[in-house]
Amino acid sequence: VCIHRVRSCSSIRFIKSKYVCVFDKSALKFSHQQRLFRTSAVSCGQIVQFKLSDIGEGITEVTVKEWYVKEGDSVSQFDSICEVQSDKASVTITSRYDGIIRKLHYNVDEIAYVGKPLVDIETDASKGLASEEDVVETPPMSHEEHTHQEIKGHKTLATPAVRRLAMENNVKLSEVVGTGKDNRILKEDILNYLAKQTGAILPPSPKAEIIPPLPKSETVPAAPKAHKIPVPVSRPIVFSGKDKTEPITGFHKAMVKTMSAALKIPHFGYCDEIDLTQLVQLREELKPLAELRGVKLSFMPFFIKAASLGLLQYPILNASLDESCQNVTYKASHNIGVAMDTEQGLIVPNVKNVQVCSVFEIASELNRLQSLGSAGQLGTNDLTGGTFTLSNIGTIGGTYAKPVILPPEVAIGALGKIQLLPRFNGKGEVFKAQIMNVSWSADHRIIDGATMARFSNLWKSYLENPASMLLDLK
Amino acid sequence: MVLRSSLKSCLQLSCILKTSKAGFRSTMSGGLIIQSISNDIYQNLAVEDWIHDHMNLENRQVLFLWRNSPAVVIGRHQNPWQECNLRLMRQKNIKLARRRSGGGTVYHDLGNINLTFFTTRKKYERMENLKLIVKALKALRPQLDVHVTDRYDILLDRQFKISGTAAKLGRTTAYHHCTLLCNADKFVLSSVLKTPYKGIKSNATPSVPASVKNLFEEDPSLTCEMLLDAIAEEYATQHQIDHHITLVNPADESVLPGISNKTKELQAWEWVYGKTPKFTVSTCLNMVYKDSVIDVKVDLDVKHGRIEVCNIDLPEQWLPPALCSELVNSFTGSKFCPNEITTLATTLLRVCPQDDEMHSRWNLLCENMTRLM
Repeated sequence: VCIHRVRSCSSIRFIKSKYVCVFDKSALKFSHQQRLFRTSAVSCGQIVQFKLSDIGEGITEVTVKEWYVKEGDSVSQFDSICEVQSDKASVTITSRYDGIIRKLHYNVDEIAYVGKPLVDIETDASKGLASEEDVVETPPMSHEEHTHQEIKGHKTLATPAVRRLAMENNVKLSEVVGTGKDNRILKEDILNYLAKQTGAILPPSPKAEIIPPLPKSETVPAAPKAHKIPVPVSRPIVFSGKDKTEPITGFHKAMVKTMSAALKIPHFGYCDEIDLTQLVQLREELKPLAELRGVKLSFMPFFIKAASLGLLQYPILNASLDESCQNVTYKASHNIGVAMDTEQGLIVPNVKNVQVCSVFEIASELNRLQSLGSAGQLGTNDLTGGTFTLSNIGTIGGTYAKPVILPPEVAIGALGKIQLLPRFNGKGEVFKAQIMNVSWSADHRIIDGATMARFSNLWKSYLENPASMLLDLK
Repeated sequence: MVLRSSLKSCLQLSCILKTSKAGFRSTMSGGLIIQSISNDIYQNLAVEDWIHDHMNLENRQVLFLWRNSPAVVIGRHQNPWQECNLRLMRQKNIKLARRRSGGGTVYHDLGNINLTFFTTRKKYERMENLKLIVKALKALRPQLDVHVTDRYDILLDRQFKISGTAAKLGRTTAYHHCTLLCNADKFVLSSVLKTPYKGIKSNATPSVPASVKNLFEEDPSLTCEMLLDAIAEEYATQHQIDHHITLVNPADESVLPGISNKTKELQAWEWVYGKTPKFTVSTCLNMVYKDSVIDVKVDLDVKHGRIEVCNIDLPEQWLPPALCSELVNSFTGSKFCPNEITTLATTLLRVCPQDDEMHSRWNLLCENMTRLM
């Protein structure tokens, strides 16, 4: 029954001459101007000049500040068309019609006049036009219960086309739930309502904001519920999401270049597991001391200092290869970069001259870089000159990684998260160990596996036995 | 004395919302006075948006009272680079917000109160609202010389601006909001509202600077609370409603469904900076490099807050031409934002030849460019 009614609806819609007659009578009730209707069967719409309506306070002219539509766009009634400004007031002008924008009468920053045409809209003649009256809400038509009603103070909004559909199917707009903008009733809502009336089951709508129909105990449903056994209506599942393409600009464009260059470097990886049980304890002891001095102490300062001690023994890892791969430059300063995840993406500021800094100084500098990083205020000096990088991806999660070397450096280490895991001690007993995984990547053109492994072992030994760092601290 | 309902009454409010399903849309006659418990500019602007979009104001008008922690608020069609000292604001952690109404730039802090009058579009009437405020002030302190000008400002002693106005008109509703200076920090106000940026040409709405004064300076016994109460009382009298202020929490999604999305929109870069009408920057960088000053002519076209066209006139061979064009190419399409330019330039430097001299020139150029933003 439902399907049949829908189809008959659609078929009626295309019998234009009949339509025009029906429409004409009701339009004449409140339109102020006579308009020429096309009686031919051509489906061209007609151009309506939408005039700038009264702003209030006796204002006669405004400045057009922004267009939300351009020529050729289709608009629905109540969509925003443009923003105009008059004397400290910003006004959003919304469309009175459904249709296609054919002409914008003003450019941005031009003065527009109240009462003069703002845009030309091509409307679909069969759908009908709203009143020319200078009111914001469409006035009620003669069939009260089918059109514009108040539900507990809430007006129902629906385009004339939707109202006609409701009227023809004897549907009270007050009983239909609107899912459009401003709770506007759309054609789909009428169809949904009709389907429900005949007991048909529709697939669940993808929209989350559908409000269940208002309970009205005193009303009788429009059509009697005939079926107990639900008959599924095949209705295409509508997903209105669209692909969105954006150009890559600014910082991201620079990252594309850098990463493309990075992958030209022949990477090799080396991973290991570090037992940080002792370090965890040490940090617990030192944290309050650092706080007294106003510094937040994480694990990173230890990792950074241990790396620098390791680089003293294996300076090739703190080097740079020139473009032609003819020369290797051993960098004197250990400017260790710390990868930071910010709103923008991956930023790598570096701590300068770690080789002459204490763990506390490193922690203090890290604090400074972190607060500047989150405020988006890192300077060029903080972001350039790095020689070696550590990436603490473990703060987000993960164990092993395959980090990408940041040119012009030759090595990088990714630190996984610290996990409490069971391990065997020297006596063969199981104990609770704080385990972290490290994944190194190095430039195989100048660094070999053995060098990386030895560096990693040294770094690991410093961290597994922090007291040993004391011996080599300068 | 105006009664202020606690947050418990907020729950009562949400009961009203839930039973009628239309919430604030239920037809209660007269008016409603609400006050925000938040001092976050974005959250409070979002409440204005929410009321504008969702409330039925046919039979009821609303007065919204709010205050913000330090922030600069520019009008819908303004250019922040023309209006305020963004560099100083970043240093002092003063937020920048773009409101949806027109008008000029204002500085907010807790010593400034904001009042928003919501009506239907037909009942939009700014003069009446401002006269209400003046009436309330005079009732509180009869000796105050305050009056409304035809530019919709309120002046103290015929000289000093204590209130500025702006408005937003939508399809069915409208709001008029204004500030009122009680005890704001005038020193910070004047320093942040002075732009250091030169060479900007734009059609954005300019602000009209004015000398300001705090009501507190005229009468040290006045506080923000007293002013809010006095205005609420006058509003209640004129609208024939109870002297009752309902507190509202702009973070409460259950009372204001959809509010957090509105807050996010107002915080987004695309709104705050991206909505700047297009403008050009035509200026000269005077870069100090090794005992000499290098003049660099810069011309930029900025649209939607992004650099559309970039011309940098460097002395010949100061930077290798290939790198110059690489840099200019990367700037094009980038946000007109110091952080973006810095991170962009430093990232690009990684794929440039490793020459310390060249690197320091590159960095110098970028630092000078960011000073324009």
